[in-house]
Amino acid sequence: MDISKNFFELFELVPGFDLNAQQLSERYRELQREYHPDRHAHKGERQQRLAVQATTHLNEAFETLKMPLMRAQYLLKLRGVETGEETRQQLPGDFLMQQMELRESLVEVGESDDPFAELERLEQQARQLETQEYSQFNAALAADDLETAVVAIRKLQFVNKLLHEIEAAEDRLDEEY
Amino acid sequence: MAYSEKVIDHYENPRNVGKMDSGDSHVGTGMVGAPACGDVMRLQIKVSDEGVIEDAKFKTYGCGSAIASSSLVTEWVKGMTLDQAADLKNAQIAEELALPPVKIHCSVLAEDAIKAAIDDYRNKNK
Repeated sequence: MDISKNFFELFELVPGFDLNAQQLSERYRELQREYHPDRHAHKGERQQRLAVQATTHLNEAFETLKMPLMRAQYLLKLRGVETGEETRQQLPGDFLMQQMELRESLVEVGESDDPFAELERLEQQARQLETQEYSQFNAALAADDLETAVVAIRKLQFVNKLLHEIEAAEDRLDEEY
Repeated sequence: MAYSEKVIDHYENPRNVGKMDSGDSHVGTGMVGAPACGDVMRLQIKVSDEGVIEDAKFKTYGCGSAIASSSLVTEWVKGMTLDQAADLKNAQIAEELALPPVKIHCSVLAEDAIKAAIDDYRNKNK
């Protein structure tokens, strides 16, 4: 396996946010079979080591492209912009305010008459934000406006966390009822 | 990861949690967030006509260190002048709470929040 290829090249996919998920999974399984360490067990030590290395690379590539946020961040990384570890970035005040309110509503879900409906409503709101920011990201990337693309990613990091918390709240509710 | 006793204390008994009317001209509001962890923090101060911080409130959605950092800052800034509060450094917060290196950014967030609240107050009262 040529590990100098980028993840899109590895799966023979056109680099971009919208990708063919079926093609990704199919190519992943093909390559997985090809490089499975068991198939190289009878070979020399060096071949075995290379097979393990290829499998690790392959798994990382698949995980990265499968998850929308990681895929978007990877697309920026290919253009030389790292976004994963930012902790000190100014974000629009109205966006933060909205994130704050959504989290407040999430905490108050338990006190509502119909917590399931309330969670559903929150999730829809978060999904809507998510869709909106991904399309912002996509448009910005197509226009080579990396600054706007980075802002969309930062916002998506908050939305992603919120969605995880909504899921966790759903699990807790399911256990209670 | 082990939290220090002080972090646990602030996390379990956060001081000054709450909200002030951001429309009040005596109130300054700072909203900050850390994309990497998705934490959001709101810190508010109520300032007297003499420029002294009379009260402070916060609300943080985030990890224990972020909650403790903002809780501590609201305790510290009460009674300070705006200039004194603006001089607060994240290193002081991190030291007081014995934050490990991976959690230093939580104290940075709290420093940014108090600075943002002061800026908001000053912009309102120019």
